[in-house]
This record gives sequence, structure tokens and C-alpha cells, in this order.
Amino acid sequence: MKIVNDAGNMLELGADFFPPDFTDIRYYLEEMLITLHIALWGTLFAIILSVPLGLMCAENMVPAWIYQPTRRLMDAARAINEMVFAMLFVVTVGLGPFAGVMALFIHTTGVLAKLFSEAVEAIDPGQVEGVRATGANKLEEIVYGVIPQVLPLWISFSLYRFESNVRSATVVGMVGAGGIGVILWESIRGFMFPQTCAVMLIIIVTVSLLDFGSQRIRKHFI
Amino acid sequence: MSVISVTKLNKHFNENHALKDISLEVQQGEMVALLGPSGSGKSTLLRHLNGLVCADKSQAGLSQVKVLGNRVQQDGRFSPQVRASRGQTGYIFQQFNLVNRLSVLDNVLIGALNATPLWRSLTGRFSLNQKRQALAALDRVGLADFAQQRVSNLSGGQQQRVAIARALMQQAKIILADEPIASLDPESSRIVMEILQGINQQEGIAVVVTLHQVDYARRYCPRIVALKQGEIFFDGASEQLDQVTLDALYGSKPQAPHSVPQLWAKTA
Ligand SMILES: Nc1ncnc2c1ncn2[C@@H]1O[C@H](COP(=O)(O)OP(=O)(O)OP(=O)(O)O)[C@@H](O)[C@H]1O
Ligand SMILES: [Mg+2]
Repeated sequence: MKIVNDAGNMLELGADFFPPDFTDIRYYLEEMLITLHIALWGTLFAIILSVPLGLMCAENMVPAWIYQPTRRLMDAARAINEMVFAMLFVVTVGLGPFAGVMALFIHTTGVLAKLFSEAVEAIDPGQVEGVRATGANKLEEIVYGVIPQVLPLWISFSLYRFESNVRSATVVGMVGAGGIGVILWESIRGFMFPQTCAVMLIIIVTVSLLDFGSQRIRKHFI
Repeated sequence: MSVISVTKLNKHFNENHALKDISLEVQQGEMVALLGPSGSGKSTLLRHLNGLVCADKSQAGLSQVKVLGNRVQQDGRFSPQVRASRGQTGYIFQQFNLVNRLSVLDNVLIGALNATPLWRSLTGRFSLNQKRQALAALDRVGLADFAQQRVSNLSGGQQQRVAIARALMQQAKIILADEPIASLDPESSRIVMEILQGINQQEGIAVVVTLHQVDYARRYCPRIVALKQGEIFFDGASEQLDQVTLDALYGSKPQAPHSVPQLWAKTA
């Protein structure tokens, strides 16, 4: 009986959402842009750091005393959810987008370094040996023998992570880490359902557009 | 002048004694074929010459590999000059070992890395002069028109010629080729062997080439060194390698007639 009652409540609640209220659309869009920035910078910093860390997690690149500790560190960064990092950073660096960027940056570095290193471990060693045989040093071996082999995969992983970070960036906003998530949380808490609906529609459209664009670019690289 | 000098080289892979007390001298301008049945240690020996593998540890001063007067390794330790030595040594692999996703020209330019300052090589800023040299090297192997193609679009024979162009780009003083024609058709094999022979005769660059076909060895190489079970079994002029020695080298079974092609007639 309780479930039937609850379901009735749900329907009423659903009806409260419509029609959506777009009066503050300019403000929503500005905050959506901040969310995109959080996702973009969080992913970008993560990519830059994941290149050396990914190589340092690969057992065909470095000795065990380097890849073992690096892997454990990345495991930790990956194991803890973005939301947890976001709350930690909101407490330490204060409310706002910077906390969101840091949260996404650390979690994404953990994910990308692992994916990057798996790509590195699957390379054809013969191509690298061909570079080594010319008298190239270790860095040149990586730039000319390893990177060309893994670059398409690395780009694809990075774009995929950017897609999912746009979604995560809206959520980390809800704990105060900046962007559209903040408005979403405030409007839900204030029972302003038509506004909530408008914000959700904006998120849905933006995320779908980005997913679509990024998928097309990714297809191009594989 | 001796360009390759190997003294008392030993190599174990666990229990497997792959090279046994190998000593070998190669003079400037020689073209040497390295023969031997599968598993006799040909590739292992060549890889030691380029410092791609390190020999067994030994007493001080007992075993060493010198190439062009520079020590590559001694007593089972790489010398600090090992990269400089690789830089002067062209190495050709059976599977080409080119970087597939790079262009033909970029693969040839890899041969210049050793002679290029690090800030240039890491940012890909090769000089105009180096690019000209790379194109000239490609022209020499007949692939000037393919410079901008991706290596993976080329046939096996063409890829092996790119690998030779890379060695030319290194301005290598010796070339080590490990079964360069084992995965090529007869026509491509002939082209590759003739390019190697041309480099040997015109520039006087010493070439050591491992081969499986005895007829190619006799046809292109005045000197043959044969390995059997990690030991030097024969070392001499190719005319001196008679059928009895060959049978003993490849196992006592007499060779089937069809494996003795007419190419032999042309060796003179
Ligand atoms: N990296 C390695 N690890 C373990 N054993 C090896 C390794 N490389 C070579 N060997 C062993 O050393 C011996 C010599 O091998 P090598 O590849 O030098 O022979 P090869 O004369 O080049 O043979 P092939 O004609 O088949 O190329 C073989 O018994 C081989 O199993
Ligand atoms: Mg071999």
C-alpha cells in the first residue's frame, strides 16, 4: 500500500516540474559554462600528468621499484570517488570551481594513468628496439618508438574521460564545488521544481551534444 | 683495420649455453655471411655486437666486444660508449622494426637521433640539411617517391629498404643485418641484397648478414662464418664451404636436390 501511495506522490511531484521555468536562463547558461570549464581543466591537467605517470606505471618501461609504488598511488587516486575529493577540497580550499577542478583532476589522473599504462604495455617492442638500435637514448625511444604507437588510444581515452567528467562536474557542484550543480542543488532544496526542470534540461542537452561531438572525434582516431 | 673484434664471448640463457667462447674479427670493407641452423646463436651474436644484449659476466679483461675501435661491452657489462657505438652501426631486423605509424621520412630521420642535440630531437626539429640527407638516403634505395607515406602502407621489401635508408642516415660505418630477407619474396630479396652489396662495395662499409639460404651467402658474400650450437663451426672463403661441411653444419641428412638451386653456378 505504501508503494502505491509513494508512486502517487511521485506522479504529483513529476507534474510540479512542468512547465519548466526558463526566466533565469542566462544565469543557468553561465553556470553551465563554468561546469564545462571545471571538466575541461580537470581533464586537461590530468592528461598532462598522466603521460609521465602512465609511463611510470608500465612494467615494460621502468623497473619494479618505480612502477609498483606509482601504481599503488594511482589505485588510491582512482578508488576514491570525485564526490569525496570534492567535499575534501571544498573544506580545504573553500567553495567554488577550483575545488571541482582539483577533485576531477586527481580522480581522473588515477584513471587515465592506468589506461595509458595499459596501452603502453601492449605496444610492439620491436619498433622500440629499432629506434634503440640507432643509438637513440631512452627519452628518444619513448618519443619516437612508444608515443606514436599509443597516441590514438591515448586520445580516445582522454576524450572519453572528458565526456564523463562533464557529467561528474555537474554532480561535484552539488557539494559546493562550483558550476551548475550548485544551482541544481539550491533549486531542489528550495522546492523550485520548474527551475530544477529547466536546469536539468540544460544539462541533458549540453551533455548529449558533447558526447556526440566527442564520439565522432574518437572514431576518427581509432 | 679490424672493425669488429670479439674476444671469448659467452652467453647463457638460464641453462642454455647459447654462445660458447666466440672470438671473431671482421676487417674493414668485408661482406660476411653468418650461417647456421635455427637456434645456433646467429641473432644472439649480432645483438651482442650492437649492445642490445649483454654477455655473461667474466673475469676482468677476459671477454669483450669492440666495434670500430670502441668498446661495446666488456666482461658482461655495457661500456659507457654503447650508444655512440650503436649510432655508428646500422642494424637491420628480419621484421624491419620500423615505427609503423610514422611516415617513411620520419623513420629515416630516426637514424639521425644519435647525432642530434636532445632539444632538437625531442621536439622533432630536424635541420633542412638532415631532411635532404634523409631524402638522398631514400633515393639511394629507390624510395624517394614514398617519403610521405605511412610505413604500414609499404610492402615488406620496401620496408626493408626503408630500414637500410635509416642505416644510411646514421652514416653507419658497419651494417649488421639479421635475416634481412627471410620474410621477403625472391625478387625483393635480390633487391635488398644488391643494395647491401652496393653499400659494401662503394663505401667500403663492412656488412655482416645472417642468412638461411646458402646460395645467397655464396653469391653475395666472399666470406662465410658458420655457427653450430653456439660455436664457430666454419670460418673462411665462401668457395671453401663444401657440401660435406654444409651437411655437417645443417645435420647429417643429405640435402635434397631441389634445395641446391642454380644460383650456385653464378657465384664466380
Ligand atoms: N631472449 C632469449 N631468452 C632465452 N633464450 C634465448 C633468447 N634469445 C635466444 N635464446 C636462445 O639462444 C639460442 C640461440 O638463439 P638465436 O636466436 O641466436 O638463434 P639463431 O641462430 O638466430 O636462430 P634462427 O635461425 O632461428 O633465427 C636458442 O637456443 C634460443 O632459444
Ligand atoms: Mg635469428
